[in-house]
Amino acid sequence: MKALRFERSIARFAAANLASRLSPGGGAKVGPLRLRDIDPPRLPGDDWVEVLPRLAGICGSDLATIDARSSRYFEPIVSFPFVPGHEVVADLPTPIGHLGAGRVVIEPVLGCVTRGIDPMCAACARGDLGNCERIAFGAIEPGLQSGFCCDTGGGWSTRMIAHVSQLHAVPETFSDEAAVMVEPTACAVHGALAADVAEGDLVVVLGSGALGLLTIAALRRFGRPCTIMAVAKHPTQHRLALELGADSVVLPHELTRAVRRASGSLALGDGDIIRLTGGADHVIDCVGSEESLTEALGVVRPKGRITMVGMPGQVSVDLTGLWQREITLAGAYAYGTETLPTGQRHRTFDLAFELVEAADLGRLVSATYPLSQFETAISHAAAAGARGAVRIAFDLRNEKERNRA
Amino acid sequence: MPRPGFVLDVDRSTPPILFHHGEGFRLERLPAGRSRVIYPAEPIEPLKNPDAAIRHALVNPIGDSEPLTALLKPGMKLTIAFDDISLPLPPMKRPDIRQRVIEAVLELAAAAGVDDVMLIAALALHRRMTEAELRHAVGDRVYDAFAPQGLLLNHDAEDPDNLLFIGTTEKGEEVEINKRAAESDLIIYVNINLVSMDGGWKSTATGLASYRSLRHHHNVRTMQHSRSFMDRHASELHSANWRMGKVLKDSGVKVFQIETTMNNNVFGTEGPMSVLQKREWEWSLSDRISMAGMKTALDLMPQRTRRQIFQNWQAPHAMTSVQAGEVEAVHELTTANVYKQHLVPVEGQTDIMTMGLPYISPYNVNSILNPILVACLGLGYFFNLYRGKPPVREGGVLIMSHPTPWEFHPVHHPSYIDFFEQVLSETTDPIRIEAEFEKSFAEDEWYRHLYRTSHAYHGVHPFYMWYWCSHALQHLGQVIIVGGDVRAVRRLGFKPASTLQDALEMASDVVGRDATITHIHNPPILMADVH
Repeated sequence: MKALRFERSIARFAAANLASRLSPGGGAKVGPLRLRDIDPPRLPGDDWVEVLPRLAGICGSDLATIDARSSRYFEPIVSFPFVPGHEVVADLPTPIGHLGAGRVVIEPVLGCVTRGIDPMCAACARGDLGNCERIAFGAIEPGLQSGFCCDTGGGWSTRMIAHVSQLHAVPETFSDEAAVMVEPTACAVHGALAADVAEGDLVVVLGSGALGLLTIAALRRFGRPCTIMAVAKHPTQHRLALELGADSVVLPHELTRAVRRASGSLALGDGDIIRLTGGADHVIDCVGSEESLTEALGVVRPKGRITMVGMPGQVSVDLTGLWQREITLAGAYAYGTETLPTGQRHRTFDLAFELVEAADLGRLVSATYPLSQFETAISHAAAAGARGAVRIAFDLRNEKERNRA
Repeated sequence: MPRPGFVLDVDRSTPPILFHHGEGFRLERLPAGRSRVIYPAEPIEPLKNPDAAIRHALVNPIGDSEPLTALLKPGMKLTIAFDDISLPLPPMKRPDIRQRVIEAVLELAAAAGVDDVMLIAALALHRRMTEAELRHAVGDRVYDAFAPQGLLLNHDAEDPDNLLFIGTTEKGEEVEINKRAAESDLIIYVNINLVSMDGGWKSTATGLASYRSLRHHHNVRTMQHSRSFMDRHASELHSANWRMGKVLKDSGVKVFQIETTMNNNVFGTEGPMSVLQKREWEWSLSDRISMAGMKTALDLMPQRTRRQIFQNWQAPHAMTSVQAGEVEAVHELTTANVYKQHLVPVEGQTDIMTMGLPYISPYNVNSILNPILVACLGLGYFFNLYRGKPPVREGGVLIMSHPTPWEFHPVHHPSYIDFFEQVLSETTDPIRIEAEFEKSFAEDEWYRHLYRTSHAYHGVHPFYMWYWCSHALQHLGQVIIVGGDVRAVRRLGFKPASTLQDALEMASDVVGRDATITHIHNPPILMADVH
């Protein structure tokens, strides 16, 4: 089958890192990601099934991997070689379990159930799938998600496998574009609810790429009424942030002053702001860079909370303010089960399906590419905001090899 | 004999016309046969002995007022208020007019045995003046005699302990001014009338007032009903100040007004800058070389250096009249004297008005002409320098030339930055801005802190700058800025153009291809008397 495969190669890894410094996404040309003809993954058990990806998104963590910028933290929880692609809408050719043949969205986290681990870990038992403690154990090779595990394959190919527990049927009314947005939307829903925003709070969402925009939409739909200030670099992001529920949108360099005004804070500095004395109640960092975390620490109020939804790496940040202002810094990864402000509990993916439909999030898929144009696709995704795009995806629907059966 | 201002009809022989362009210049060819240039009058003769003229004015008052010598008594409480850093423009060479007048007043006060004297810079919501600026305005002798004892102060419009509510006008406008001034037996106001807007009751009722009081006339409605605010009798801004003046007078606040006027000698008659005061077809070879040299040198300099050079320029303009006594009578005469220098008769309106904006406005002395101040200088001040009707027709186009950098002085203009980033990104409609945003800026604790303790304009000040533009915005069909920072120009809601020719082409979409053009050759200042 045809697949984009990420292979372990120190030399290519170094080349990707270098290339990405010159041009974001440049790692696709010289790095460990190659377009290959490979054997389809084998089914590890009866409760696994082969699916045929239709669309597979390119997310920030994929780009960091391709550009060799992701943390070495991941080394023991991925297995090489792997086929990336964890935002996937696919065809399920044959019925399995409660699911009939048809389109499915994959919930990619490879927790205890998928690994055949029984009894499951405490996190999986609670429904906190993203916190599974067994992602490097069990019947399949290490891998925190499909798309990072050598046994499962990933969405950037014509075939992959999935455990029945990972499959969510796609309603007829959903386009493929809407369906492929379900997984990133679930991440955003989890991040928005993890922040536990109180009514009337001022919430800053840093970054208005796909994750930031989806987080704004999730805050507006599932969170308590609050004031959302989004930070966007580009005009399209600005427009979409407002459409999806932000009360105001500012440019990155305008943020500190805007937060000061919105929060009624004083500031240290004679006109130029050295530091705010107060700030936003919450900052949701959907970028995950050294700059964004520094910015978050600069605009959050004492005893405020920073929720990191964007994937960070190794960063160097002055945490004196975090200590002196007693700021809470928390991560929000993936999804599982959420508790809404009403106290009701829902699977994150169910909420994500609801949000994708309600906010018409399929429109955020800006462009699709065949696998053969992966270098162009990756470079487009890496510069999506500047080029007026949000989410770039691979389109597998017309791949000859996929349709040959 | 100085020549009066006049209107030149542009023909094929007309040389390129000077446009001020911030800390630089442009020479532009205007279309022949449909363009005219309004030139200011040459500097009128100054007073030969200004100190003697001042002394004469103090003892020979105008209107219903006793001579100052009769008003000064031992044991009285005397406050001398004076115009702040916003006047004159550019700052004048020493000695400043204020120094001359204040020294003369203090001599009389000392002779009369007055020992309770306070000097107050009547800056309203402007920034506090620095020691150097105060020294320049009042002179070292006065500064050293008063400032160390705390007797020379910047007015603080946010000091609740030093404001006094006087009453309300018949239209419900609240009058609240500096308490020390209000409780004095006599306020002597020392004024510089650079333009006809200055002076009269505006000196005390605005210069010494609080936000509570100022908001009654510094608003969109007032500006849209002032046609223009440079013409006191057609200005709602002045009507409101005059009503407030009546409240002050009726409450017993006694004002002895000293007003001065100055000539148009902004760039001098010698040196490289003098070419800016000449008419282009009269430029000598050395003038042309001066202009070419200046342009080239300025183009090569970093912005910071250019700004420093221009901000250090002190004008040789000289006093042309001084009158003292009762506020309204004094002001009538002052205005007539201002008009002698500034008024230029103009026949009818044109479709397009062009202007080159210089580096300075009342609110960026020793500072940066940020985009909001660019807008205010063009649409607020220069546009309103008319009597009768604007030189451009309703629905016409205004083309201004200025680099309009996206740059602010953070110490002087902190709330301007936020206004530009947060308010103008939402709307440029003055009415909406006033309704939705003014209060929160005016009451912002940080801006208040910076205004009172540092050298920041009050939080509400950028709003006033935008309101100043509202008559022009209402009148014009389009505003174009030539040579400006494109993003900044767009944020202002205007159209950017890279050349005058492009701007005229763009304007043709609004006013047609054969549109008539008026160029305002300002500075030196002129006021179009349009019939």
